[in-house]
Amino acid sequence: MQGFLLLAFSLVTTAHAEFCRPDAQNAFKVRLSLKTALGDNAYAWDASEEYLFKAMVAFAMRRYSSQKTTQISNVLLCNVTDRVSFWFVVTDSSKNATTVPRGEVEAAIRMTRNRINNAFLLNDRTMQFLKISSTLSPPTEPSVPIWLVVFGVVFCLIVAGIIFLIVSGIQQRKKNNKEPAETENLEEKCEATVTIENGMPCDMLNLKTGQINGGYAADDERFTPL
Amino acid sequence: MPGGFLIPYLIMLIVEGMPLLFLELAVGQHMRQGSIGAWKTISPYLSGVGVASVVVSFFLSMYYNVINAWAFWYLFHSFQNPLPWAACPLNSNHTAYIEECEKASSTQYFWYRKTLNISPSIEENGSIQWEQAVCLILAWLTVYLCILRGTESTGKVVYLTASLPYLVLLIYLIKALTLHGAVNGLVYMFTPKLEQLANPKAWINAATQIFFSLGLGFGSLIAFASYNEPNNNCERHAIIVSLINSTTSVFASIVTFSIYGFKATFNYENCLNKVILLLTNAFDLEEGFLTADNLNHMKEQLMANYPNEYVKLLPQIKNCSLEAELDTAVQGTGLAFIVYSEAIKNMEVSQLYSVLYFFMLLMLGIGSMLGNTAAILTPLTDSKFLSTHLPKEVISGIVCFINCIVGLTFTMKAGNYWFDIFNDYAATLSLLLIVLVETIAVCYVYGLRRFEKDLHLMIGHKPSWYWKIMWAFASPLLIISLFIFYITDYILTGTLQYQAWDATQGQLVTKDYPSYALAVIGLLVASSIMCIPLAALAIFIKRRLKREHRSIIA
Repeated sequence: MQGFLLLAFSLVTTAHAEFCRPDAQNAFKVRLSLKTALGDNAYAWDASEEYLFKAMVAFAMRRYSSQKTTQISNVLLCNVTDRVSFWFVVTDSSKNATTVPRGEVEAAIRMTRNRINNAFLLNDRTMQFLKISSTLSPPTEPSVPIWLVVFGVVFCLIVAGIIFLIVSGIQQRKKNNKEPAETENLEEKCEATVTIENGMPCDMLNLKTGQINGGYAADDERFTPL
Repeated sequence: MPGGFLIPYLIMLIVEGMPLLFLELAVGQHMRQGSIGAWKTISPYLSGVGVASVVVSFFLSMYYNVINAWAFWYLFHSFQNPLPWAACPLNSNHTAYIEECEKASSTQYFWYRKTLNISPSIEENGSIQWEQAVCLILAWLTVYLCILRGTESTGKVVYLTASLPYLVLLIYLIKALTLHGAVNGLVYMFTPKLEQLANPKAWINAATQIFFSLGLGFGSLIAFASYNEPNNNCERHAIIVSLINSTTSVFASIVTFSIYGFKATFNYENCLNKVILLLTNAFDLEEGFLTADNLNHMKEQLMANYPNEYVKLLPQIKNCSLEAELDTAVQGTGLAFIVYSEAIKNMEVSQLYSVLYFFMLLMLGIGSMLGNTAAILTPLTDSKFLSTHLPKEVISGIVCFINCIVGLTFTMKAGNYWFDIFNDYAATLSLLLIVLVETIAVCYVYGLRRFEKDLHLMIGHKPSWYWKIMWAFASPLLIISLFIFYITDYILTGTLQYQAWDATQGQLVTKDYPSYALAVIGLLVASSIMCIPLAALAIFIKRRLKREHRSIIA
């Protein structure tokens, strides 16, 4: 009896070792970063946590249509390191001595990834299933790009400012043109007495540079030729 | 600017910056005309100097406003949470980040792909990016708004564009000094490295920096000074302006280097963490076993214990160095956007700092543009031909419109490469030559004694011997040596090259310029420099003809 049990146990262990080893067919490596995720609240990874993990994977396989009878004992874990990382493989409950194909396990895990993460208080980055790509959440994009809104506001303000300045400039120029015309109409008998200085009307003097007096020699000959 | 730049910078300021600034202000104030008229007055053969200044200013205004367009773009994008350059976007099936973004960083991706949409080389032109084009149009409209009414209104705008950056810098100073790792940047900035002082390149960079920050040779100083009262004390103004300029530069550098220190420390720690993670995962070590302190020791142990696996990992293990992070080139416009946006995204309340920073950049850029456009417009409005036929609003409008249309070429996919060409070659050599000719013209053609007497009339006392020595000997010699250095540097390095963005690798690669780009470079440099001899030649021929004409009549 004991011999039989011993034989059965050794058979199971070898089967275990055969299916679950690093880089086995249909096996996946899982890597957890507990201290990074939880800091001081990190729990220790022990046999109970492993049991929970097996339960979650079995749950995932059950959720996924074809493996509705997966048991916790079908999930095999091995090579647990200090990191914490380990390999797992799911054996087929209906057929003996085979493992569930890679694609099915991957699809099952992807479907229930969120539940698995939450069971361990981790996220996609701190609980990594190597070679199973995770669906990243897209960044929220507003319907109207915000930058266009701000651009539109600034654009309208500046165009309004330009139009205002141009229009006020035109109005001012019209006012300036009207005033000399009015003074001319008043002085009918005498010649139009617009104050003249050096041949140019005073109000058109550009006060910045002064006026070049035409009475002096022309530009070219201002300096004696070289 | 690498550490220890302060010494060359301050020396160049005193030897080169202040005397030349005083010279240009005095010339403008005395001649009371823009650059073309002023140099014509000094000697008719030198009217080409003024024309060359205007041409350089024209080139500058063509490409400089693109920087303001980019500042607008970043400013508008700062109103989002999270900032768009903070994280990489996802690829189409949402399984991973976009490859280009993974290989480079998210800030580089935002700059090269989202902002510029850059092509792999200068030959592939691509189409105009409409987003950049409208930002450029907005930038030109802003400049037009400020120069519309002429220098009187520009003067009021400059109060704003000059003072706001100080406020923002102050806020940034307080924030920057509290950042983790800022001290590293400050230490790097203030430690003078004696080997660098011996390298002439450091002095040349300092000299060029002084040139550009003071605006010597563009004609804008002469233009602005021509609006001063004739008895304005330009000597005092020159000293005050250059001192304020250098204090501001040092102040801005403190802020800049604090932020660089923060970014370098952040990247360094990130790099270390990545290496630690890589080793922890590869050897399945316990978390927290490897720390920053024992990393080197543990790396040796791992190499001894597991030589095969370690060798396989070697290509991925980067050597993280804080010095290397601090040394990453901190020049060029693109890098300014990339580096700052990277530093800002790691701060808390990043939107606020981003808005403040790009708003300040915009103010500084608009302020520079106002100086440039004034340098172009003052000679144009001075000329009687144009000012009698067209009102100044229309002249300013036409100048802005032409510049805007030309500037649209910089919004194409290859536009940034053309921008770099303009940035590197449009102003550097020409300015050196222009300032050299200016100094020689005032000292030797016009006559130092005559200039002294004019100054005595204007400011009430003759300039001291210090100014005279600087003008007559020190500054021209310095500029000639800079010139010689640039030319020998070009001859030694052979053909000109540029940095192109390779999207597949996610980094910059060096390529040679094609022949038509080299032709454009040659044209840029020649068109401004040639003005001087050509104008002298034209005046010479005109006089010859007149003399013959007169002798024929008489």
